[in-house]
Amino acid sequence: MENDKLSAIALRVRRNIIKMVNSASSGHPGGSLSGVEIAVLLYFEIMNIPSFSDENRDKFILSKGHASPLLYAVLCEKGLFPAEELLSFRRLSSRLQGHPDMKKLPGVEMTTGSLGLGIGAAVGMALSAKSDGKPNRIYCLCGDGEIQEGTVWEAAMAASHYKLDNFTLIIDNNGLQIDGDVAKVMSPYPIDEKLRAFGFEVVTAENGNCFDCLREAIGKLNDKNGKPKAIVAKTVKGKGVSFMENNASWHGTAPNEEQTRQALKELGEN
Amino acid sequence: MAEKIATREAYGNALKALGEKNEKIVVLDADLSGSTKTAVFAKAFPERFFDCGIAEANMTSMAAGMAACGKIPFISTFAVFGTGRNYDVIRSSICYPKLNVKLAMTHAGLTVGEDGATHQSLEDIALMNALPNMTVIVPADAMQAEGAVFAAAEIEGPVYLRFSRAKTPVIYPEGHRFIPGKADIIKDGKDAAIFACGVMVSKAMEAAAALSNEGIEAAVINISTIKPLDRQTVITYARKCGRVVTAEEHSVFGGLNSVISQCLSEEYPVKVKAVAVKDVFGQSGKADELMEYYALTAGEIVKAVKSF
Ligand SMILES: Cc1ncc(C[n+]2csc(CCOP(=O)(O)OP(=O)(O)O)c2C)c(N)n1
Ligand SMILES: [Mg+2]
Repeated sequence: MENDKLSAIALRVRRNIIKMVNSASSGHPGGSLSGVEIAVLLYFEIMNIPSFSDENRDKFILSKGHASPLLYAVLCEKGLFPAEELLSFRRLSSRLQGHPDMKKLPGVEMTTGSLGLGIGAAVGMALSAKSDGKPNRIYCLCGDGEIQEGTVWEAAMAASHYKLDNFTLIIDNNGLQIDGDVAKVMSPYPIDEKLRAFGFEVVTAENGNCFDCLREAIGKLNDKNGKPKAIVAKTVKGKGVSFMENNASWHGTAPNEEQTRQALKELGEN
Repeated sequence: MAEKIATREAYGNALKALGEKNEKIVVLDADLSGSTKTAVFAKAFPERFFDCGIAEANMTSMAAGMAACGKIPFISTFAVFGTGRNYDVIRSSICYPKLNVKLAMTHAGLTVGEDGATHQSLEDIALMNALPNMTVIVPADAMQAEGAVFAAAEIEGPVYLRFSRAKTPVIYPEGHRFIPGKADIIKDGKDAAIFACGVMVSKAMEAAAALSNEGIEAAVINISTIKPLDRQTVITYARKCGRVVTAEEHSVFGGLNSVISQCLSEEYPVKVKAVAVKDVFGQSGKADELMEYYALTAGEIVKAVKSF
């Protein structure tokens, strides 16, 4: 898809993230905004999803489930549900739970929210496809704080052991977690070398908020070499809203009315 | 009952006060120090605070190691991750060797609110109750939370402390002395015994007041230590009142209702009605809405008392 079309989708996704979190007075804007280009490129260009019930569809697993506003906004762009439903986010009886719920909202491929678990389920899906000789490719998005969980590395070991070249892990490397800089809280670095040592084919996207840059990184990956793939995408937490950018305090804080107006203005809506 | 304070708030402050008195106290957290309030301790004693990152199982293992070296680790995260993710570590590396680790977990129960089912711990009391050597404490308010932190440090061995995210009414006066293992009779009565813990204690008090207006005198008993259970008080009140109701912000399995039912089935079999979450997961919503939706209200306690 052309970049200007993707950018237009990304902009709407960003606005909807802000609106959902504001409307719910809770939720996670920072890590939703950092992953926008990654999720939009996957859903609108890379993944093959003839329909969400097609057995051979590619799947996206949001292992960092707190970025649910990102997933919902993108699924809404895919036409899965009307935009009005976005504002039911985090409300009683909503399909749009605080963290993605596959039973409540079809189109969500895996229930997540407890960090470090989505990736293992994604590896299971890739293994399932591989052993059935099916064409599904599985994409999984993890946070750079999330990869502090040991289960992430257990999953990585299994992906490589079973030669799951149909599995692609993307790290949303925004440099922040709740308590501050990932490097200061509990350093996961060097992420690329660790993944390589675990048997992954790894590329770095120096700007993970740029479609060309992400496309180029994905293009470098070789599909059929028996190795799982990983993209370390350097992103900006809170990307697109000046006062949220690179600021850990916007990890799980909802903007008030004034801040929402300001954010939407910056995102070209008035 | 005007003032409302979250028990996690009291935990953070008590931890700092405890740290001033006892140099053996060390605190570990898993990237939630602002929410669990261990940040209060971290600020005062940066050299005795260790952020373990988002790695709850390893945090728990490291605490076991530090306890084996004579320190008294308090470890904190959300209750759902701090009892579930690391269960085998708690079992094999802390409870079995009876190491002196305090598991102080916040954001327990439905009152977590909007984060939804993945973050609402409704099984933690059951998990902790089942472990030999474990003491299980669910403070009813901020005063008790403070007392429980100091009491936990005095107990030799593992202690589970369950704290809440939401602000809840302060029940006890300043200077309230928390005694672990002792049930507290908040209101006496002869017609029904309501055993409650945690955030349900203030709701039980509301229920008892409403019942009293109708001429039903219900006793309200705060079971802040679930394990070991104050069996004598439970038996005495079951005998005295006949009608027994339990109220907890937890699954009906393995928590307060289970331990009271088990005790009474052996010593004084009577009907025990449960106000608890009925074998379902929670969901997103505002804390108060969820308490209504899952029938954890004063009104439900009143209904239960009248249902005999
Ligand atoms: C097992 C587990 N522990 C703790 C949490 C609470 N939590 C939610 S988000 C988060 C920080 C995540 O940081 P990161 O993975 O870097 O995400 P991002 O920066 O992309 O938002 C934490 C600790 C959780 N959801 N699951
Ligand atoms: Mg991050």
